[in-house]
Order: sequence, then structure tokens, then C-alpha cells
Amino acid sequence: MGRRRLQQKSSGKPDYEDKGVAEKKVNRINLTEKDYEGTPSTLCRGCGHDAITASVIRAFFDSSVDPRKVVKLSGIGCSSKTPAYFLGQAFGFNAVHGRMSALATGANGVNRTLIPIGVSGDGDTAAIGLGNFCHMMRRNVNITYIVENNGVYGLTKGQFSATADKGSRMKGGKLNDMPAIDLAELAITFGATYVARSFSGDRKQLAPLIQGALAHKGSAILDVLSPCVTFNNHEGSTKSLKYIRENLDPIQDLDFIPYYENIEVDYKEGTDQEVTLHDGSRIVLHKLRSDYDPSNKMQALAAIHAAVAEGKFLTGLIYYDPSRPDFAEQMNLCETPLAELGQDLLQPPAELLDEINAELMK
Amino acid sequence: METPRINDLSICVATENGSGSASANNILFKAIFKMGIPCSSKNMFPSNIQGLPTWYQIRASAEGYFGRKDVIDAMVMFNDTTAAKDIYRIRDGGLILYDDSTPLPPNLKREGVQYLGVPANKIVQKLVPASPLRGKQRNMVYVGALAYLFGIDMETIRAVLEDTFGKKPVVIESNLLCIDAGYRHMEENGVTQNIARLQAIPNGNKGKIITEGNTAGALGAIYGGATLVSWYPITPSSSLAENLEHYLPRLRKSNGKATYAIIQAEDEIAAAGMVVGAGWAGARSMTCTSGPGLSLMNETIGLAHFAEIPSVFFIIQRGGPSTGLPTRTQQADIQLMYYCSHGDTRHIILIPHDMKSCFDFARRSFDVAERFQTPVFVMMDLDLGMNLWSSEPFRLEKEPFDRGKLVTAEMLEQWEKEGKKFRRYFDADGDGIPYRTIPGNPHRHAAYFTRGSGHDADALYSEDENDYKETLDRLRRKFETARSYVPKPIIEMNEGVKTGVICFGSSYEPTREARDRLRAVGLKTNHLLLRALPLTEEVKEFLEAHKTIYLVEQNRDAQMAAVVKEEWPELGAKIISVLIYDGLPVTAGEIVKQIFNGAQATTAEVVRQARLRG
Repeated sequence: MGRRRLQQKSSGKPDYEDKGVAEKKVNRINLTEKDYEGTPSTLCRGCGHDAITASVIRAFFDSSVDPRKVVKLSGIGCSSKTPAYFLGQAFGFNAVHGRMSALATGANGVNRTLIPIGVSGDGDTAAIGLGNFCHMMRRNVNITYIVENNGVYGLTKGQFSATADKGSRMKGGKLNDMPAIDLAELAITFGATYVARSFSGDRKQLAPLIQGALAHKGSAILDVLSPCVTFNNHEGSTKSLKYIRENLDPIQDLDFIPYYENIEVDYKEGTDQEVTLHDGSRIVLHKLRSDYDPSNKMQALAAIHAAVAEGKFLTGLIYYDPSRPDFAEQMNLCETPLAELGQDLLQPPAELLDEINAELMK
Repeated sequence: METPRINDLSICVATENGSGSASANNILFKAIFKMGIPCSSKNMFPSNIQGLPTWYQIRASAEGYFGRKDVIDAMVMFNDTTAAKDIYRIRDGGLILYDDSTPLPPNLKREGVQYLGVPANKIVQKLVPASPLRGKQRNMVYVGALAYLFGIDMETIRAVLEDTFGKKPVVIESNLLCIDAGYRHMEENGVTQNIARLQAIPNGNKGKIITEGNTAGALGAIYGGATLVSWYPITPSSSLAENLEHYLPRLRKSNGKATYAIIQAEDEIAAAGMVVGAGWAGARSMTCTSGPGLSLMNETIGLAHFAEIPSVFFIIQRGGPSTGLPTRTQQADIQLMYYCSHGDTRHIILIPHDMKSCFDFARRSFDVAERFQTPVFVMMDLDLGMNLWSSEPFRLEKEPFDRGKLVTAEMLEQWEKEGKKFRRYFDADGDGIPYRTIPGNPHRHAAYFTRGSGHDADALYSEDENDYKETLDRLRRKFETARSYVPKPIIEMNEGVKTGVICFGSSYEPTREARDRLRAVGLKTNHLLLRALPLTEEVKEFLEAHKTIYLVEQNRDAQMAAVVKEEWPELGAKIISVLIYDGLPVTAGEIVKQIFNGAQATTAEVVRQARLRG
């Protein structure tokens, strides 16, 4: 599989025509791609979010992840509905607006053997839940966190979000005069350890980025541009399908090699770079900019700024730091997931209470 | 001249916050405790770190009353900014101990009280080198002076110091130096008083502990299996979380690794979110906060209620609304808890009233939360949470955790053989409580989708009016089921008595004392100590059995009475509310006064109605 994907070098250009794999192929754990689907989408026809859902399904299928070990989390909004549309066999939690980060922190704290994927929107992440989002990254909570970023509040019918670009216009012509929050920049600043940006229509780039995020232990933030075909797809919008496609600025082509595939890759000196992830999987970066190094935080931030100044969307693996332990590790937790501990380990012996009583008698 | 009363004394120490008086007061209180005398302390402190006035009231009570005493017998007047008022806080004939290093200003002189001086400033200037420590040690001088005046011997003081600073002999000696100087000054000058004597009671407090509700609650939570704690600092709940941080590493390690996660969150919204996330993932999870934090948590608690996720919320109440009085006590968030979050909601509340019940209810709260798959409140207040109380030691009831209707993979396997299907929100037993799986359950039918939006019995998204109504009705059925599960009230009935008193939480101690006083003047009362919401059948029977019921609570609007009246409007009409909401720990005197006023009003009403009929 890894070989097949290696041959299919992504051009970085959207492949909107890719409608998914129809063949009855099974993965390493004998599941078909269909086994990774959920209930049918209820989003608008052509919604970018559905394309992301397809990439999520592809990524989980390609990485042979057991859906029963996955937990899907979301907040409120169009994007937050999507966890129902993939991995029907996984537990899901569609929480309250902006609080996915906090819920994920709690769930991850008590069972770090679960594989958490969060899907959120720009309202959820960049506005109402911004504080919780920042602190989740500061803690480096293990999660694959996808922001389906369309610059607009869809479910409440078309208000600007905090990621709408300054100068962008609403459907009715209203001008946004507030600067956008750049979520990739924010993620790097606040301590996320895997930061990528992609486009809903570029499955060849997005799916391996999701696979990489799943293999990474820590906060993996994927800011995915995802045009809202109903409320933000017009002339004057900087988040329309047309505008995004014309302004994508990929820094690499990517290939993902799962830990269980022993593939030798011929690297081109200076242009290819291999990144080893926590579970032993690898991402092969085929650099489109020879000087770009995703482990360099300052360079990453500078590149984002430069792209924003040019009105471009920098995509690819922007930043990666495998050195920082994730939150569960920082907490020195016991081996067994906390949620699975029994009373024998959860209730201290009565003798210790007697000891404390004796201390309180003084 | 009064005859000194034995072991019946209240001392109020007026100092400046941050002056080191907490340590001095603690020594004084523990010395009295060590003498075996029943005693309590109330710390009335400001929302401030340094400079604002603070009062610490110690009560020794031979009769064993632990509520704040109505009157102050002795005042330590060590705060110049409040002195002019402090001299009027004490009773006639009371005693004022002041620093006579400088002459007493004329405006601080009051008739009918006894002034005793101790030159604390001069003493510390002589004994303590010039340093910030000198100001703190000044407080030790009044400890010594009081010890002499009321009869605490220096050996007891030394023993307390050794208990407190066992590993720091230098600290023990430096404190002892100043305490002893205060003691000897009074002795050498032949200073005496005649209001009270403290007399040791051999083994009087043997086997008793001194603790605060926030310690009791933390220990109870640990023994109840609290596994994820997420909290945000807020007075008066912070010390509960800090007690958890203190005790968890000692009590809950497995091979050197933590069997718990404690997280200081970025705000109360996040704290609640983490608790709900952890509860959903199957761990016993909790937070602690007070009014402002609870306001922020409302939305998430509503989610946990509607999505049916076990979670425990310790609410240590303080004075509201808004920031209110952060360091004063109140019971004014009853309805904020009971009806927490938007929509039709009602929540289970456990209401401890002393240290043992703080421990026991904290432990049991996780059973209740898992049994009913819902947020559970443990309702406390600053008086319970942060003041020192003497108590019987904590005892662990050995009983298995009640994990409720938690379904394992093995059970699902068995169900499948029996043709039974797992339906997350289906009321299979008619008690409103559905069955629950947790993430990580590997059975292929275990997973479901949790949401705070409309859902059907199979946890599928639904806006169907019948699904929605059934969910609301089932949640109500579940709440009704809880009535027979939550702690029952403790009732005291006397033959032929037609007046009942209901109280709960920190009002219990002063109410007990008030009832004794009422009995002494001829008004006998029965009593119901309310220990949980929803109200149980016993409360109804108590209301039915009495002509008049006084309900004591610490808020302006009679919030608990309103809950009772909503449940049983006709019976609720018998309630006369005793409302205390000045932010200070309740005194028996205030309850007696209000019950007397109520009794007079009731009598007048009876007379009026008799006239109307006549």
C-alpha cells in the first residue's frame, strides 16, 4: 500500500474528482474502506467537510486502525456533525460548542489507549473554544484535531468567523475588517507538536497528513481549508473553492509509510526528508521548497507570515516536534488506563485512613 | 463581679490579614482542643492577602456546641483599623486584651468592659531581632497572655508547637519565647480576669480529630475512587483540590505510578468539560468550585445531564451574587444546583452537615453519579469547608463501588446470545436508568454516539417530537427513582410535639443548640436534618406530622423552602423560613430569635383566624 501511494506522487493540486475507492479491498485488519464509514452525511451537497470525511475514512483504512479503539469528538457546528459520518463502530461524542478540547483532555487522561480524533470548526476552535483549544495544545494532549476551516458560521447561516480574512466579503457584501486568526500559527505558538495545513479537496495531501497525525503522540493540529458552498463560496470571499484552489502554496508532497510496512525509499538528497513518528511510522516529505525544515519553529512561523502577506495558503506539514512528551506521559500515570482500574487500586486501604486520622488528632 | 464560667468562652482575635495571626490562632485553638475541651473556631477573613481586617473566633463549650457563639466574651484588639468597632463587638462585662506598648487612645475606651494590656510590641522589640518575623511574633505574645488569663498551661502550648512544627526546633523555640513572655508578663503583673476559666477534661477529646470539610471531602473523594480531578482555583473550594493534591500522591500510587489524574484547568468551563469527558470515558471524575465557577459550568452540566454522564461537582458555597463575598459563607446556590443549566433539569444534591458526612457523602457521590449516570452535586459551604471542626475520626465503610448499569463486553456477548440488544438510552427496567457502555469496550455493539442534541433510545440523532418527549419523561422518571436512593433525612421526633424544625448543612450545629435553648424556655421542637435532594418521602411525612415547620437556611430568598413548596404546595404552606444571610457562620441566638418571632406571628395569626371564625 505504501508503495502504491509512493508511486502516486501528489501534485499538491486538488483532486476533487477522486470519489473514493470502490474496490472491495481489505486492510491489514481485514476491514474494507466501507467498514470505516458512518451514517450518511446531512451536510449541503458539495460541502468541503464531506471531502474531509472521505479523507478521514481513507486515512483510518490505510493505517488499519481498529475503529473500536477510536473515540471521535466534536463540538457544535456543521463540522462537528461529521464524526457521525465516519467510523460508525467507534464511540463518538458531539459535545457543546467550543468544549471539545476540554472533553478530549478528560477522556484522554483516563484512557490513553484510545485513539482520539476531534473534528471542529473555526467557530468552535477560533472563537468560543479558543481558550480551551490553546490550553489543550499547551498540555500537548494526544489528539488528532482537525479544524474544518471555512471562515464562516454555517449552521447559523452565514456570519463571519474569527478565521475570515480581513478584506473578505460576506455573501451580502458586508466587509470583514477584523484580522484573521491563523490557526496553524496559533498551534505552533501554543505548543502543538504536529501542525499541518491542507485543503479538503486534496485527499492525496490530506489523508497522509491525517495518518501522520494518528501516528503522532501529542496535539496534532490540522487546519483544513474547507469551502462552505452555501454561505462562503462567492466572489470576494477568500475561503471560496475557487480562491483557495488558486492560492494553495504547498511546501511538500507527502507519503505516509505505516510502521508495519518495511519500505525502503530512495531519497533525493536535499529534497527528500523522512520524519519518523512515535509509533514508528514515517512521513516522507518531498520538498517543494528545498530550504524548508518543519522542525524549525521560527522558520515555520516566518513561512506562515510570508504566505499570509501574499494571500497564500501554506499547506503541508508545517511544524513537527517529536521531543515533547504528551500530557498523559507528563502525568506519570500507571500502565492500565485509569478508566479500567478496579476498586482494589482506586480505594486506598483503611489503614492509611487511620494513619491520617492520627495525624489530624494533633 | 461575675463568677468565672468553666469551659464556656468565646475569644475573638481581631488582627490584620497577613500579619501571621493565623499561626497564633491555630496554636491557641489546638491548645484548648488538647486540654480536652469541646471547641470550634470560625475564621472570618477578608478576600485579601495582606492588610485587611480579619477575625478569628474560638469557642470553648463545655456543653459541646460547635456553632459560632452569639456573644464575644473576650476580644484581642490587635487591629488598630477596626478597634473602634471591635470594642463594641464584645458583650457587657467582657474583656479586651490590647497592646499597651502605647497608651490606649481615648476613643477606644468603653464603659462596662475590662481592659487588660500586654506590651506586645515592646516585648518583641526586646526578644526578636528587627525583621519581618518580628511583626508575626507579636501575635504569639497574645497567645501567651490569653493562656495565662484563661488557664492554658505552657506545657500544653509546647506540646501543640511540637505537633505543629515537630521538625523545626528553631521555630518551636522562637515561638515559645514570645508566648512565654506574654504569659509571664501577665503573671508577674498579677493581671486577672473573672469571666471564664479553661479547665482540662482528661481524655475529653480523646480519639477526636480536628479537620475541615475540604479535607474531609477530599479524603472521601479519594476513598470513593475519584480518578480524574479537574479544577480551577476559587475560594472557598481551592483547598479541597489542594487537599487532593496533597493526599493523592500518598494514597493512590501503583508501582510508583499515579492511579489518578489531577489537572488545574484554565477555567471552570474546561474543568467541567474534562470531568465530563473523563466520566464519559468511564472514570470517576470530579471538580470542586463555588458559585461563580458553577455559573460557568452550567452549560456543560446540562450536557452531562442530557447525555447522561456520571460526574461529581463539589460546590463550596460563598456569598453571592456575582463576586459577592468570596470569603464568607452562604447557602444561596441551592437552586443554581438543583435546576442547573437550561431546559427542564433537576439534579441530585448530597448535603453533608458535619465532617463525617463530608467524608461519607464525598465517597458515596461517585456511586450515586454512576448509578444514575448524571451530574451529582455535593453541596457544602465555606463554614463547613474552611473552618476547623472537631469530629469523630473518618471511618471507611467497606462496601463495593456501585458502578450502576455499566455493561461490559462479556455482558454484551451474553445479551447477544439471549437475543437482547444494547440500546443506550432505552428504559429497559422502567426506572428511567438506561444501560451504559464505555469507550474501549471492544464488543462490536458497544459503541454509540453521545450528544447533547436530541436523540432516540438508540442514541441516534433525532428531532422527532415523540423521541424528544420520551427522553424528557424518562429523565424525570430517573429523578423519581433517585428519591429512594439518596441519603434519607435524620429525624428526631418527640411525643406530642407539633413544631418541627428543618435544617441542612452547616446550619445543623447552631440549630441543634437553638433547639436546646428553645426547649429550656418551653418550646419543644422535632427535627429533620435534610441530607439530599430530591426530597424523600420522609420529608413529606414530617411536614404532614407538624402544624408549623421552621426551615433554617442561609440565604435571603428561602431557596430550599421554595423547592419544598414546589413539591408539596399545601404542606409547604406550613413552612416559616428562618433566613440568615449576613455571610457569617450562623449562631444559635439568631435562629432562636427568628423562631420566637415566627412563633409570635403564628400565635397572632391563630388568634386572628379564631376571631374571623368567631
